[in-house]
Amino acid sequence: MNKTLNQKAWYFVIPVFALVAFNAVVPLMTVVNYSFQETFGSNVFQWEGTRWFKEILHSERFHASLGRQFIFTFIILLIQLPLGIAIALTMPKKGWGVPICLILMSMPLLIPWNVVGAMWNIFALPDIGFLGNSLNSLGFDYNFTQQSGDAWFTTILMDVWHWTSLVVLLSYAGLNSIQPAYYQAAEIDGASRWDIFRYIELPKMKKVLTLAILLRFMDSFMIYTEPFVLTGGGPGNATNFLSLDLVKMALGQFDLGPAAAMSLIYFLIVLLMCWVFYSLMMKDEGRT
Amino acid sequence: MAKITLKDLSHSYLTKQSNDADWALRGVDIDWKDGGAYALLGPSGCGKTTLLNIISGLLKPTKGEILFDDKDVTALNPVERDIAQIFQFPVIYDTMTVYDNLAFPLKNRGLSKTEIDSKVKEIGEMLELTSTLNNKAAGLTADGKQKISLGRGLVRSDVNVIMFDEPLTVIDPHLKWVLRSKLKELHQKINRTMIYVTHDQIEALTFADQVVVMHEGQIVQTGTPVELFEKPKHTFVGHFIGSPGMNILPCEIENGLINFEGKILPNNTIIKKTNFSKTQVGIRPEFINFSNEGIEVKIKRVSNTGRHKVIDTECNSGIIKILTNASVEIPSDSVHITFDQKYTYVYGDDWIIE
Repeated sequence: MNKTLNQKAWYFVIPVFALVAFNAVVPLMTVVNYSFQETFGSNVFQWEGTRWFKEILHSERFHASLGRQFIFTFIILLIQLPLGIAIALTMPKKGWGVPICLILMSMPLLIPWNVVGAMWNIFALPDIGFLGNSLNSLGFDYNFTQQSGDAWFTTILMDVWHWTSLVVLLSYAGLNSIQPAYYQAAEIDGASRWDIFRYIELPKMKKVLTLAILLRFMDSFMIYTEPFVLTGGGPGNATNFLSLDLVKMALGQFDLGPAAAMSLIYFLIVLLMCWVFYSLMMKDEGRT
Repeated sequence: MAKITLKDLSHSYLTKQSNDADWALRGVDIDWKDGGAYALLGPSGCGKTTLLNIISGLLKPTKGEILFDDKDVTALNPVERDIAQIFQFPVIYDTMTVYDNLAFPLKNRGLSKTEIDSKVKEIGEMLELTSTLNNKAAGLTADGKQKISLGRGLVRSDVNVIMFDEPLTVIDPHLKWVLRSKLKELHQKINRTMIYVTHDQIEALTFADQVVVMHEGQIVQTGTPVELFEKPKHTFVGHFIGSPGMNILPCEIENGLINFEGKILPNNTIIKKTNFSKTQVGIRPEFINFSNEGIEVKIKRVSNTGRHKVIDTECNSGIIKILTNASVEIPSDSVHITFDQKYTYVYGDDWIIE
């Protein structure tokens, strides 16, 4: 049978293409353009080649904020994943407890990010905040605006409070999709509670957990609003994560060229890490 | 290996029961011999899976007791009861190899490595899984996976009973036959008590020596496939078994005899009890003959299945289906039919009157 060649359907893609071009491709290309040039304002540009990229890659400031960013992301993944799975495992599977738990779990996710930052800022203030005041009256020397350890502690606690729910909800959905027969078979086979977790629940949650890790990695690696409101990157540069540093460079110092080069490197790191995660976790999927 | 006795078993999923419909099982009594092959047959929702889960210990019955070899096991869990169960769809441990899947129940029971190894290899051989023992279980086809679930049950030498909960539902039709003969063969080889739950009469009748037919939480008849076919003790068994099912039509009882369509039918027994709210006559389509006298019926439709003809006829009381050889000439329009006396039964309130 001969098919008539009709490619007119491609015209339907034009609106989407235009939209994506305007909100993604064009801005990205502008950034690419900036990253190779120097400007002192008044729309005058001067070609600089790869100078900004070399500068950023060798800059100690960039290394430091990138290092902080990795440590932060690593710690919150390390806390949020096991904690999220543990909470999901203890949540009720039926009855009136289900909607209550689900609503409680969704609440932190529904709060605007800058509000989360402001909330925690007030909550943790050493003199009047509930958390700060309580810690101090318990004898801890706690002041997140002046001690970098405390600033880290507060930022991580805030992120755990804000985002663990996402891991909980995803894990809960994964757990609920497991057929009862799996548990019955395990009971008959004499499996222990740990065996059930290890050989049934964890493998069945693999896909949702992959999703959870990817989402939590990307979001925490690009975290901006909450630490901006909470600590502003301080004290000093203690919680100056990549995105905070980038904004300081671009808008604070108006170094458009280096900032553009840094954005591109930042973007490539996120892309690379996601790809590595995804291919590692989906390594076995092809065979099944 | 064990014989299984169920005494007055009832179960309800509700905490309070007000009428019969609240019970998933009502007063089930069963005696199963050691090493037999039994089938629980009934439509969806008749309570057969509930009964199976009670025997395996996954459910605790509301009332009644379960005995294995005259020992009360009602309060024991599945591990203590030493049973194996194969579910509707293959339940395997995805991340383990086929070998580890088969070894898992043995490991949990603390057997030594060499014992496990010889057992797993023996079962692998029996189920023709030897070549795939070291593969990931998740990569197998549906019937391969179901063989693994079966193997996890067979690998333990101490199981009292192996139970199958509609195990061939997800298997391709051409493999169903293969696996079914495999099961039958296994039963003869290892000689353990096996219980097979299904809604498919062919599966039940080919697998089991004794078939238990369930309907609305009750056992309506237990018997060999032939008994179920030739003498259904309940109208439900008549309907459910056979294709097409038994003709069951309203009738009157007059002086202990059956009056159907204004004619007295020849019957085997004189009916003494008469206080039924409804009485029906039952005759299988196979046992109806064309004749010069008897009940007059109109022919509505003839369908030829190749080897047989199914004839739908109509009388005043309703539709009567007749099954004949494909070679039989069908008279046109209206005919007379007679019922084979040996296979004509009367049912009072759905139960056979003998």
